[in-house]
Amino acid sequence: MTAAFTYPRIGVALDGAGWHPASWREPDARPHELFDANYWVELAQEAEWGLVDFISIEDSFAPIPVRRGAPDPRTDRVRGRLDAVLVAARVAPHTSSIGILPVATTTHTEPFHVSKAIATLDFVSEGRGGFQARISTSEAEAGLFGRRQGVAAGRADGSVPVDDLFDEAADFVNVVRRLWDSWEDGAEIRDAPTGRFIDRDKLHYIDFEGKWFSVKGPSITPRPPQGQPIVAVLAHVPPAFKLAARGADLVFVTPTSKDEAAALVEEVRTNEASVQRQGDPLEVFVDLVVFLDQESERAEDRKGRLDALLGRTYQSDAHVFTGTPSALVDLLLDWQTEGVAGFRLRPGSMPRDLEAITHEVIPTLQDRSAFPRHHGDATLRSRLGLQRPANRYAMT
Amino acid sequence: MTETLPKIHLAAHFPGVNNTTVWSDPEAGSHIEFSSFVRLARTAERAKFDFFFLAEGLRLREQRGKIHDLDVVGRPDTFTVLAALAAVTHRIGLSGTINSTFNEPYEVARQFASLDHLSGGRAAWNVVTSWDAFTGENFRRGGFLAQEDRYDRAQEFLHTARELWDSWSDDAIVADRESGRFVVDPTEGDFDHRGRQFTISGRFGVPRSPQGHPVIFQAGDSDAGREFAAADADCIFTRHGTIDAGQRFYDDVKGRLSRYGRRADDLKILPAVTFVLGETEADAAERAAVIRRQQVSGPTAILFLEQVWNRDLSGYDPDGPLPHIEPDLFSPSISRGRVTAFPDQAATATRWRELAASKKLSIRQLMMEVTSPASFVGTPFQVATAIDESVRARACDGFIVVPHVTPGGLDEFADSVVPLLQEWGRFHTDYEGETLRDHLGLSGPRSSKASRLVGSEVRV
Repeated sequence: MTAAFTYPRIGVALDGAGWHPASWREPDARPHELFDANYWVELAQEAEWGLVDFISIEDSFAPIPVRRGAPDPRTDRVRGRLDAVLVAARVAPHTSSIGILPVATTTHTEPFHVSKAIATLDFVSEGRGGFQARISTSEAEAGLFGRRQGVAAGRADGSVPVDDLFDEAADFVNVVRRLWDSWEDGAEIRDAPTGRFIDRDKLHYIDFEGKWFSVKGPSITPRPPQGQPIVAVLAHVPPAFKLAARGADLVFVTPTSKDEAAALVEEVRTNEASVQRQGDPLEVFVDLVVFLDQESERAEDRKGRLDALLGRTYQSDAHVFTGTPSALVDLLLDWQTEGVAGFRLRPGSMPRDLEAITHEVIPTLQDRSAFPRHHGDATLRSRLGLQRPANRYAMT
Repeated sequence: MTETLPKIHLAAHFPGVNNTTVWSDPEAGSHIEFSSFVRLARTAERAKFDFFFLAEGLRLREQRGKIHDLDVVGRPDTFTVLAALAAVTHRIGLSGTINSTFNEPYEVARQFASLDHLSGGRAAWNVVTSWDAFTGENFRRGGFLAQEDRYDRAQEFLHTARELWDSWSDDAIVADRESGRFVVDPTEGDFDHRGRQFTISGRFGVPRSPQGHPVIFQAGDSDAGREFAAADADCIFTRHGTIDAGQRFYDDVKGRLSRYGRRADDLKILPAVTFVLGETEADAAERAAVIRRQQVSGPTAILFLEQVWNRDLSGYDPDGPLPHIEPDLFSPSISRGRVTAFPDQAATATRWRELAASKKLSIRQLMMEVTSPASFVGTPFQVATAIDESVRARACDGFIVVPHVTPGGLDEFADSVVPLLQEWGRFHTDYEGETLRDHLGLSGPRSSKASRLVGSEVRV
């Protein structure tokens, strides 16, 4: 390896039995085990064995699917999911080098709770934690909390509440980050002569007062190993790009072509400039749904079979790649030249497409000298080439 | 004879954020690194304890407007650390304290159901309430709840969570590839709750977990707390006292159960208890005295006194006499974020003055005398005997053991007291079941989707 960023980082997005809604019906799928810890541990270990840089774990409060704002009566989909932060914590002790990014929702939840949960994920994973911040727009999810309405109801009064939700998410991420810094490193002194366990001058009230909430602080949890765990945002719409520029380390984007990838990288940089982002630039990851096989026709057949079960052609917000691992690698190395830090691959069905990534895609990258042959145990930040940031509250 | 003896239950409390925990001991390790939690949980599992228990506090404690710095400060997120502990243990129950005031039932029900799945049926929830605006400053809704409403909210919170856990049938997931049915009943997970505290509806996102409902704990000795426990809890987390006091509490609480159609075995009474062991009784007493001095340092003694005097006493010598100045009964409390052990300031101050005068005690000596000392002090034989006697006398169903030192403070107990109880046939030598409900001898949850549907016609 020469420069730090000559090879693309590879993340894998875990979701149920795979991203295709009918994937649970594949012969190798394990639909009865989706709520067992071992299923998630084995997926994480497989990804780690394959040198994948990080996994993300999808989440939402309302069980998928939701149709027209109400629970969907159909019975042919995977119903239910476990809390992603807890799945992340459950797999962390079984892994030692892979980054772990569960989705956490910013809309109906408490920034104080999420901050200490992700700090704790960082402690139990020894510096491999973070989260993907997600807003919740649906009436169905709003109804589970009963404290406010979803976007559809809000539109009647002419406001643009989805922008509000992203604004709230930006405050949320800001508070989460301030709470991570609310303890300086070395605040715990254990000074027996004076009887003091902490130096309270190194603990800080964050005194955040915003439009959506106020949070006093400090956190009940000390500063986590990475100082600031990784924050990621999936961006499709302008306010999401702005949110990412304001508060995230990683941004997931969904181009369908190389040109579009270039345009989205440009949009990321424009947003960084417009919010006067400080510190490291955002690392842009391209999301791709992948159906992989050594023979292209077999990959297409499998997707076709799943589409037949679904009753329509599966489409996604992200580009759907169907083909050979070698062809995927061609695409990755081609698109990477547009300033992309890496790719987050969404396996169409699991375990097959995950194993294709670990057994074929990454070895192919290695054969082309485009991926390392091993990783040491390191924090996720350092794996992504990011420094451990100074504490905003520390006197220098 | 032996078949009539009640079973002894033991559990381990991670050392708390209070002066019981001795951080200045050379053996004391981190209170936040995961390795400390792993070590203590594994020791408890090696000793075949029923569960591992975590307390919680959602705001750092303050005194005189400053963050309290004399005790251990800082702890992890309860759910997250318990989910991680499920990875490194196999049988031991994982019990977390979660506040019903600064959370929403949908989210908490989802987290406990997830934890129960991820641990294979080992989750437990110690339901606590609070109302203080001080803690509320860390949360969206602030200090929104009146003190008198906190049990109302807690009870409806728990009932709502139970409705969510009951919204899925036991064997809802068929995942039949051929027919394409993941579930048979399209209403799996659907719920509709309308109450004074919560009006929520939709579909619950987690299929029924191995225990159905996590084991429910209630902590608190008040009448309202006891009634809450009799109606709704599986275990009471209480304070240890004399056998007489324990028997009165035990009879009172278990006597309330029949009103709710429950048997005495359906609610376990588990006091928290600290311990100091020694090779001889004198040795144990000497070690207890050393620990006592570590727990009540000079600054800590002044801090306790300030809680009753409600004044800044930082100028007083802890090795000197009590202040001549009287307590300030009228100003707001200078101590925030903790439950006071001495609610009646005036009476407490009078009692302390008398005690200090009669025994000629300094401030620090007095505080060592009046704040709670270790409960069991003696040889392993004496401590095992005391545990056995308390359970035989039906003063409790067992104990939640609180070590002084993190993370090795339970080792000695596991290696000396537990083997004696096992030798006497008074404590199990291995887990008999898989879930925490199995360990505690609790029947399954009293409701399920099936029973709810059948029962709804006869319910008043």
